[in-house]
Amino acid sequence: MSTAAASTAWTKVRQQPSALARLFDNKAFLIVVCLLPAVGLLMTFLTYPLGLGVWLAFTDQTIGRPGVWIGIENFEFLFEDPIFWSAVFYSVFYTAVATVGKFALGLWLALLLNQHLPMKSLLRAIILLPWIVPTVLSAIAFWWIYDPQFSIISWALMEMGLRETPVDFINSPWSARWSLIAANIWRGIPFVAISLLAGLQTISPSLYEAALLDGASPWQRFRHITFPMLMPILAIVMTFSIIFTFTDFQLVYSITRGGPVNSTHLMATLAFQRGIPGGQLGEGAAIAVAMIPFLVFATLFSYFALARRKWQQGESND
Amino acid sequence: MATVSVRDARKNFGSTPILHGVNVEIGDGEFVVLVGPSGCGKSTLLRMIAGLENISGGEIAIGGRVVNTVPPKDRDIAMVFQNYALYPHMTVRENMAFSMKLAKAPREVMEEEVQRAAKILGLDALLDRYPRQLSGGQRQRVAMGRAIVRHPQVFLFDEPLSNLDAKLRVQMRSEIRELQQRLATTTIYVTHDQIEAMTMADQIVVMNAGRIEQAGAPLALYDRPANTFVAGFIGSPAMNLVPGEISDGGFRAQGGALLPLPPATPANVATYGIRPEHLVLAEDGIEARLVVVEPTGSETQVAMRIAETPLVGAFRERITGRPGETIRVKPDLSLVHLFGADGRRL
Ligand SMILES: Nc1ncnc2c1ncn2[C@@H]1O[C@H](COP(=O)(O)OP(=O)(O)O)[C@@H](O)[C@H]1O
Ligand SMILES: [Mg+2]
Repeated sequence: MSTAAASTAWTKVRQQPSALARLFDNKAFLIVVCLLPAVGLLMTFLTYPLGLGVWLAFTDQTIGRPGVWIGIENFEFLFEDPIFWSAVFYSVFYTAVATVGKFALGLWLALLLNQHLPMKSLLRAIILLPWIVPTVLSAIAFWWIYDPQFSIISWALMEMGLRETPVDFINSPWSARWSLIAANIWRGIPFVAISLLAGLQTISPSLYEAALLDGASPWQRFRHITFPMLMPILAIVMTFSIIFTFTDFQLVYSITRGGPVNSTHLMATLAFQRGIPGGQLGEGAAIAVAMIPFLVFATLFSYFALARRKWQQGESND
Repeated sequence: MATVSVRDARKNFGSTPILHGVNVEIGDGEFVVLVGPSGCGKSTLLRMIAGLENISGGEIAIGGRVVNTVPPKDRDIAMVFQNYALYPHMTVRENMAFSMKLAKAPREVMEEEVQRAAKILGLDALLDRYPRQLSGGQRQRVAMGRAIVRHPQVFLFDEPLSNLDAKLRVQMRSEIRELQQRLATTTIYVTHDQIEAMTMADQIVVMNAGRIEQAGAPLALYDRPANTFVAGFIGSPAMNLVPGEISDGGFRAQGGALLPLPPATPANVATYGIRPEHLVLAEDGIEARLVVVEPTGSETQVAMRIAETPLVGAFRERITGRPGETIRVKPDLSLVHLFGADGRRL
């Protein structure tokens, strides 16, 4: 009783908030206001071009002539087109081989850099270089390296007497395919190595000491401690790497333009080739749209197969 | 089960000497506690015994075999880390069985050992959990389980209780002690907490700045500390160590107090030591001014001043005086510790 009486005596005079203040206190209004800029940007620069691309894929639009809806005719045409299938094959092959190469070499580099080396930070900076350089610039460098006449590799091999003639890097289909994969691996290693190095550094050294006392050999420490602990970050980095490699354009287009005889076309370069220089906007868009299932598959794969492990934070214990 | 001998062990990190020649003899089945302030080199010594740090000088022998160049896994030791170092991606069962799995032990043996350790430690119901699903105390037990299943010759503990709350710490203290007595495995236990050392050890080794100050049974260290460092480190509340000199038929402390001396005292006393619990209230005592009175229920701790000399007392009696009032105290003369100018016991 007495406390109630005391508290009424102390009640502060409340001021009515202004209409504007009350509006900003309204949660629904606030949500809309805060989302608007982000949604606007996404709609303008992501959803609209994507939607337009998908729509184009179902038309026969060419540059300079508005198209009409033709249903899946573009896809039917592509289904019969051996160049399209060759691009699909090379996209998958390029992604698979380059990813394996990048991760094998990147992991190896990351493990090296995680040791106590002299001038470690300088080494790390150097390793990042291929990634910092603009792709087109490194593509031009590779273009020279792979040049039929002026290739530095051919020159070195010939100077050393190991070869009589220059190496053929990009003038026959398979050597061109492998050369492009090598360039992509070179460019992709830093990203993988630095990301995995960050992952390695989160592993507590005392785990290795415990494993050492438990009798683990270096290989067993890698197999039972490093690798499983690296799995979560490996999964994320690999997803990104696969997506970026599959959608690669610059490297291939600047070095070979899809040649020789269309043997090194990726789906992205073929889509561009058909759509812009070729003028067949509808057909180019259809090729680009055909990439979507592959990307969705890659994302789902990493989502389910490489998803969070049970031992990680934030899952129920069942 | 084995003896452990550390002979003139030295350790440098780069050019910085950290351990300056340490000698410890540990008997078979003994529970030895290395205690000392933070940074004195306890962990370093333990890690040298484990083989996680190389030995810059001297010799370490386990069970009579010099192990200086023996790799950790062949030293037949098991270690419990301060942060437990449980493998986060393995269940409790897998954590405990890991060493056996590496040694390619048969499945039945692994399961049997894990079950046995789980029973001892009360982990039966938790075997399929991951470390993150365990409380601090449970993780601690898993770390011990991982050590037990290996039947090592020596257990090494590095501050295993410092991440637990006070109550759990007291409980785990007696659990570890009980476990050690049951398994009778030689144990080296590192802590900075002298109460842990006093309550658990057969033998305490007090370290300071890379040297051993004194080694012995807990009560021997309490009763006869070899120097002022051990005197101040062992015992809680800490011993009063009062600098001063002999004059006027007593010990004239800095700050002016004249403290009585036991009979037949040497003349070169530089520090007068008396434990708070060895000061007694007496009508014929010295007048002391109360500064702070802290009743704990079972006893009363009192910070006081005799003239300007600060002293701490711990009395069984309840003291109702307020700060500024005076009481009369005197030291129990049979329990006074006297130290020379070099800090050594006289
Ligand atoms: N790896 C190392 N490199 C250099 N100095 C170290 C290293 N490990 C420990 N020290 C130094 O050795 C001293 C003793 O460390 P430590 O044995 O961990 O002390 P504590 O008694 O607290 O366990 C400290 O001064 C510490 O800074
Ligand atoms: Mg330590």
